[in-house]
Amino acid sequence: MKKKEMIAMLLAGGQGKRLKGLTKSLAKPAVYFGGTYRIIDFPLSNCTNSGIDTVGVLTQYEPLVLHSYIGVGSDWDMDRKSGGVFVLPPHEREDGSSWYRGTADAISRNLKFIDQYDPEHLLVLSGDHVYKMDYNKLLDYHKEKGADCTISVINVTLEEASSFGMINTHEDLKIYEFDEKPKHPKSTLASMGVYIFKWDLLRKYLVEDIDKPDGESDHDFGKDIVPKMLADGLSLYAYPFEGYWRDVGTIPSLWEANMDLLKDEPELDLNDPNWRIYTRNPNEPAQYVAPQAKVHQCMVNEGCTVYGEVDRSVLFYGVEVGEGSVISESVIMPEVKIGKNVRIHRAIVDQGKVIPDGTVIGADREDDSEILLINGDSPF
Amino acid sequence: MKLMGVINLDHELDQLNELTYFRAGAAVPFAGRYRLIDFALSNMMSAGVQDIALFVRRKYRSLLDHLGEGGPWDLNRKRGGLFILPPDWNDPTDISAGDLQHMHNNRDFFARSSGEYVVHSGSQHLSKVDFCELGEYHKAKGADVTVVYKRVDEFSPEHEPCFRVDIDEEGFVSGIHHEKGNHNLYIELFIMEKNLFLQQMEYCIAHGDSYFFRDAILKNPNGLKIAAYEYKGYHAVINSIESYYKNSLELLEPEKYKQLFSPDMPVHTKIKYEAPTKYLEGAKVSNSLVANGCRIAGEVEGSVLFRGVKVEKGAKVINSIIMQKCVIEAGAIVENVILDKDVQLTENRTLVGDPRRPFVIAKRSTL
Repeated sequence: MKKKEMIAMLLAGGQGKRLKGLTKSLAKPAVYFGGTYRIIDFPLSNCTNSGIDTVGVLTQYEPLVLHSYIGVGSDWDMDRKSGGVFVLPPHEREDGSSWYRGTADAISRNLKFIDQYDPEHLLVLSGDHVYKMDYNKLLDYHKEKGADCTISVINVTLEEASSFGMINTHEDLKIYEFDEKPKHPKSTLASMGVYIFKWDLLRKYLVEDIDKPDGESDHDFGKDIVPKMLADGLSLYAYPFEGYWRDVGTIPSLWEANMDLLKDEPELDLNDPNWRIYTRNPNEPAQYVAPQAKVHQCMVNEGCTVYGEVDRSVLFYGVEVGEGSVISESVIMPEVKIGKNVRIHRAIVDQGKVIPDGTVIGADREDDSEILLINGDSPF
Repeated sequence: MKLMGVINLDHELDQLNELTYFRAGAAVPFAGRYRLIDFALSNMMSAGVQDIALFVRRKYRSLLDHLGEGGPWDLNRKRGGLFILPPDWNDPTDISAGDLQHMHNNRDFFARSSGEYVVHSGSQHLSKVDFCELGEYHKAKGADVTVVYKRVDEFSPEHEPCFRVDIDEEGFVSGIHHEKGNHNLYIELFIMEKNLFLQQMEYCIAHGDSYFFRDAILKNPNGLKIAAYEYKGYHAVINSIESYYKNSLELLEPEKYKQLFSPDMPVHTKIKYEAPTKYLEGAKVSNSLVANGCRIAGEVEGSVLFRGVKVEKGAKVINSIIMQKCVIEAGAIVENVILDKDVQLTENRTLVGDPRRPFVIAKRSTL
């Protein structure tokens, strides 16, 4: 097979436990975002836009939706003769079988896939984040620094720092420490879960790690591989990314990132013709806004029919809002049918939910700081 | 029953003024995100038709761009698929004329397809005819040809040029003509067995004819048994600016919209990857159809907005059809107009047409 300078491995097997309720039957990367997308559209589109045409997608938790969604990858222009997108779930081998035990293990179990392309560098991505990034710039930086590994980092506040993998660097951005979710963070540079490794080097570390018993290694990039590389004195650099990046791993953060899109000039521009975010098109007709409807500060997708009032909300495709209903500060997932005289305030309503006439969700609260989740478990 | 499709644009006139100066009528944008040809193609797709020929003589650049390999209609197949067949015929002995030229010179298309029946359609009549049901009806009737008609109660000006069908008590056609009082409009859709179709085509060519429908079916020199199939669903004829405008705005009636976009027969079109439409603060939209990628800060009423339209603060769009990527700048007002793609209406300009004769602005104009 043709040699590639760099291919990508996209970790998409996580459940996203903190999104519980939305991830009952799909993995976190398949969670909807921004009126039409799924989270995984962002790293996949970034790959396409960066000219990376070979991507392995590592799946494990509830993979059905992801597998059928990705298909042959034509929506991201990844249906290629040489390369393309490959879905790589755990599989049985001669020496037995097991689940992917960690992020590094997922890559280790697919050495054969990567070796086919004999890449110089391996780009490791996470399918959990919403951002637009040119991975070529990261590669240029990685090569310029002559790094063995480059980790893309973003500035966060000290308060947020204890929920990320934090990177401590010297002034020249050379990394001396990787601090996984520290109680007392020393820096504000958080790992974005985007790494480039020299492949031949990483390969050695992975082969070494795979045979370690579970007590000795979590088979994880952040906990095992990167610290080991640092301990061995390899040259690891941080690449400071500037731009919008969000880990939409909780209900409030998912809600907030959707709300961010409603600003007049959102930081995350989804309509940049030079950096399209590709997605599977649901092929719905144009949205219909009825004479008595009111829609402000919203994002509304095709296939919606709006008879009521919608304010500061995101409507995915095929949503119906009945007469007299008032929806505010909410995220309404695909094909939700909202009846008449319904009131919804500060909620996320999961795909396909039918909300009967007259239902009130979150609109009669005194304290509306909590974002409600309405899904299959909700009592109507 | 295996069907093959022909979409024959040869006799369709470019009657949509500015909208058809540079494109075939079949390529005119419609309903916010479609082109007229999508409806015929999608009906064929719903019926599982996998070999479709498009006969087109001129102004087909935008059609080629829109249709590509036919992927959105599942027509990018290993066997068969979509064949766009512009005129390129070099047989010096060819004596065919009119649309028979397309049929004669593309005999290979018919020969290679495994389809046994030809569904023959134009693009000006929008409908949701179920071709499988039509085929079954055709067979059950034991007809040579089955033509599809729609009974209209109230005539509109666009019905005038349509053929009318006289039907006898057994459901067979006793005459096809232009007599204006007849309410049974032929919707430019017929089905016949492939071999019979080819045989009739050869007959017409041998007799110096030039128009398959008129010469083989309407005049019926060979005494074909022609059945009439009544279609009762959504129907619109787009053969003038006025009919285009009227039928576009009629989709704002929820009943019509639901008929045309019934989920059991989805309409497919070329995929674009625009973000959902943004309604900004101060946006006032009512009774309108809006496609994705728009950015609305002004007022929109009784209108159709295609993909990527910008309506700036203080701008007003009333009873208008605004095609892809138009920009209505701050304070500008449009009423009863059709803006073709990429039109820019500069600040505070006002453009008002007559509802019976909407104003049409050609592609890429700046006013």
